[in-house]
Amino acid sequence: MPAALKTNAFLPVSQLSASRFAFIFTFVFCTLLFFSGKSWASDQSNAEDSSKTGAEEFDAISTILHHVLDNHDWHLFDSKDQDGTLHPVSIPLPIILLSEGQLDVFMSSAFEHGHATVQRGSRAYEIDNHGHITESNGHSVLDFSITKNVASMLIAVLLLLIIFTRGAKSYDASSGRPQGIAKVVEPLVLFVRDDIAIPNIGDQYKKYMPYLLTAFFFIWINNLLGLIPTGANFTGNISVTATLAFFTLLITNFSGTKTYWGHVFTPHVPLWLYPIMIPVEMVGVVAKPIALMIRLFANITAGHIIILSLISLIFVFKSLAMAPVALGFVLFISCIELLVAALQAYVFTLLSALFIGLALEQPATDAHH
Amino acid sequence: MTTLPGIAAIGAGLAVLGAGIGIGRIGASALEAIARQPEAAGKIQTVMIIAAALVEGAALFAVVVSLLVAG
Repeated sequence: MPAALKTNAFLPVSQLSASRFAFIFTFVFCTLLFFSGKSWASDQSNAEDSSKTGAEEFDAISTILHHVLDNHDWHLFDSKDQDGTLHPVSIPLPIILLSEGQLDVFMSSAFEHGHATVQRGSRAYEIDNHGHITESNGHSVLDFSITKNVASMLIAVLLLLIIFTRGAKSYDASSGRPQGIAKVVEPLVLFVRDDIAIPNIGDQYKKYMPYLLTAFFFIWINNLLGLIPTGANFTGNISVTATLAFFTLLITNFSGTKTYWGHVFTPHVPLWLYPIMIPVEMVGVVAKPIALMIRLFANITAGHIIILSLISLIFVFKSLAMAPVALGFVLFISCIELLVAALQAYVFTLLSALFIGLALEQPATDAHH
Repeated sequence: MTTLPGIAAIGAGLAVLGAGIGIGRIGASALEAIARQPEAAGKIQTVMIIAAALVEGAALFAVVVSLLVAG
């Protein structure tokens, strides 16, 4: 665990009891507020329902899925006009399509949130509710768009480039002492080297440091960007985690030694067990990166869904009194998610290092095999 | 099938129950181990997190499956 996380676990007793008292007080206060407000709120909502029948029902599941999934524009909020209809307000993102050998580039605002068809030459593009772009004349479309997730990734890449180039330059200026941003980055880099790479990989750790550091910081910064309200759910996208896990698969298997492959194809078991053992071992080779992929995807997506569900409670109960309770829980879960963001980056890097270390296995020196 | 999401939710709950027991046992054992040998806390913590991540991975497989079934 990073040093910052470790120190938090050992708060002084006086501080702990104070924060616990504050928590209990807030919890009781919010609960009282919730129950006292409930009767009032239900009257209010009944009155509203009778006055305005046919008001659209709040659909928590579709709202949550809309926020968790990738999209062609960066949705910020909805604005209500005089008639009470909602209009989405979003940042348009570029759409890049390849159809019939022609490259079409335009902004996603051209679709007017799915109400308009975009005409380019002989090709007419339409977008459905799920963000799939189709061509009306039946041509196949390849979609290379800068979607919300890609845009979020580019922001993360830009941030990483700024942080690390600045950090690296500061070493030249100060003859090897960390200055400025490098003071923050150096302990983290050393943590990846001393606590992840060296114990799991051993002597050959230097060759794998670039990948481990890239994976660690890329996942971490994207997890953190995803926690910002209106942020994209980048590391909670299974294609992203699949790509990251695929890199681990390639690196692990290309650095596999003779002993490693020997364990897969000639395990130390009686010959008649080979038809069972070899397929099992081969599944094991692929299952390890798949577990990496599912773990990161499910952890981050679950975090987003929990936060959004708690916020949705306000709209499901149609009560303002629910807001302090829900927001209190959201604050609590968000703090846990900050920990999870770092922990999942750590776990991904740690397990990648562990798998690489296993693949680098040297033959056992003792003779009993 | 209208009952399918309900059954999927029960499945997700059962998976979380298993993971909860598993991670709880790992945490308890790590706590005991660190109490016996505080100087090995760092190493124990690393192994604890690896084990917890593996247990959690198995539970998440189940949760993802029930999510797919329900959705």
